[in-house]
Amino acid sequence: MSSYVRTRLTLAIPVLLGVSIAVFAMLRLLPGDPAQIMLAESGASAERVAALRQQLGLDDPLPVQYGRFLMGALRGDLGRSILSNRPVTQEIAGQLPSTIELTLAAMAVAIGIGVPLGLLAATHHNGPLDLGAMALALGGVSMPSFWLGVLLILLFSLRLGWLPATGQGGIERLILPAFTLGFGAAAIIARLVRSSVLEVLRHEYVTTARAKGLSPRVVLLRHALKNALIPVVTIVGLQFGALLAGTVVIETVFSRPGVGRMVVNAILVKDFPVAQGAILIIATTYVLANLIVDLLYAWLDPRVRYG
Amino acid sequence: MSAETDVRLPAVDASRESIRSSSQAREVWGRILRNRGAVVGMAFLALLIVSAILAPLVAPADPLGVVPTNAQRPPGAEAWLGADHLGRDILSRLLYGARISLTLGLISVSIAAICGTILGLVAGYYGGRVDLAIGVLIDVMLAFPGILLALGIVTVLRPGIVNAMVAVGIAAIPTYSRLIRGSVLTAKANLYVEAARVVGCQTPRILWLHILPNVLAPLIVLATLGAAQAILAGAALSFLGLGAQPPTPEWGIMLSEGRRYIRDAWWNSMFPGLAIMVTVLAINLLGDGLRDALDPRLK
Repeated sequence: MSSYVRTRLTLAIPVLLGVSIAVFAMLRLLPGDPAQIMLAESGASAERVAALRQQLGLDDPLPVQYGRFLMGALRGDLGRSILSNRPVTQEIAGQLPSTIELTLAAMAVAIGIGVPLGLLAATHHNGPLDLGAMALALGGVSMPSFWLGVLLILLFSLRLGWLPATGQGGIERLILPAFTLGFGAAAIIARLVRSSVLEVLRHEYVTTARAKGLSPRVVLLRHALKNALIPVVTIVGLQFGALLAGTVVIETVFSRPGVGRMVVNAILVKDFPVAQGAILIIATTYVLANLIVDLLYAWLDPRVRYG
Repeated sequence: MSAETDVRLPAVDASRESIRSSSQAREVWGRILRNRGAVVGMAFLALLIVSAILAPLVAPADPLGVVPTNAQRPPGAEAWLGADHLGRDILSRLLYGARISLTLGLISVSIAAICGTILGLVAGYYGGRVDLAIGVLIDVMLAFPGILLALGIVTVLRPGIVNAMVAVGIAAIPTYSRLIRGSVLTAKANLYVEAARVVGCQTPRILWLHILPNVLAPLIVLATLGAAQAILAGAALSFLGLGAQPPTPEWGIMLSEGRRYIRDAWWNSMFPGLAIMVTVLAINLLGDGLRDALDPRLK
């Protein structure tokens, strides 16, 4: 297991380096002078543009700029916001807890709905419950999350007045955004759980368990589910990244503070250091989450680490 | 000798292949027609495409025409799906918006499929360092989840509908590349590829004529399902203000503008959202049907 961990950790390094190069390149690939583009709308003087060029180190050769960017990122220094002049790391640190809270809550919704729905469909294979569950799942993957959010606000906030529509703080402000963000992922998990359980139920050890006279419930929960959920771990890990990125839209729909909304605002007002920093943080979190999932998968299924 | 063989064998093979292909196509078509979901999806998409093409003829009003007296008119006989805050007819805007969403799906998928297929073919066929280099590039792209890569690309290219199409397309390249690479690794181990190499076929010819046809089925399925994802991602970018810009009649931006009036004029955001969902659902149904018909192993 330790050699597998070493290999996976080693493989993650070039990917993280590649991510840092891609994020670094964002600013440098802008058509024209990045400093001028960022300050264009404020009508800044030539001196101010020159000062920003100096601050961003845009006059240095690219390898020097990248080296400084990478070393800064490793020390937690991602530059300063053009708008607020505060350190980008400080800006992100202020918003990150809210985004993580929303992502984890959405993940709980996705697993809480997706796994039971998939099990229900698999245990009633080709029956009306299976068809209903899969129709719901197909609806879930086809529905734009931002529309679902608007519908939920209309129903639960404006019509029924049960839950607040916007803002942050308290579980009541988390329910609607978490459900909106988690519903699509729940649909994907449900489809996978269904096919995974159906696959496992065809195995001989399940037939043996049935032949021993065990009840269908015990066969499913004690024998089939454990193995069927192994591939689900992978998709749940991948969904974590998708949910983290999904906060970009959901935080905007619910006017909720967070890193996702921060990225969109930063792009719209051309505060590129903030956009760069936030994208770097989300991508790095995603890579690390995938790494943890890979290690967890190898721990759960020995065939992976010895394969 | 090898050149002669190269000329004659494919000629004979080609006629046999065309007979086999046409009977296979008939079989696949039959399977699609037996799938109720796929037929419903296909029928809806056909209707949507015709409506989008004929929008100037069938739309009841000018999609950009501001009519202050019609502002926030609810759905009724005069405006079937109501009018927005500027009095613009929502049905007309949806019909014109279908052109943008369908084009977005088509262009994004074309970019992703063409680039992803070339990268996957080259990586899978050549292997070694080429595969490693492309693999690292793809891994880095995959490190940006969901819409985030598209956001990064839009940052560089500037917000706009064309740039959103390009961004969504580029962001989807890794999925195609991975799929094609895997299929190529399987296909290139086949004897006929070895035979083509032995009789002197050039690598591009081998890739184009002998390997690509073998990976077409999963590619078609992925492209169909990918179009649904592209339409969703494009609408999301427009919703965020990073795709189509006002007053373009695009579904995502219509929904975004409409949500400001959700309390009193629900139809502003209800119908654009419904249009996105039903279109994506229809493509997903067709994609699922195609997958079952073309490659039952992917079921």
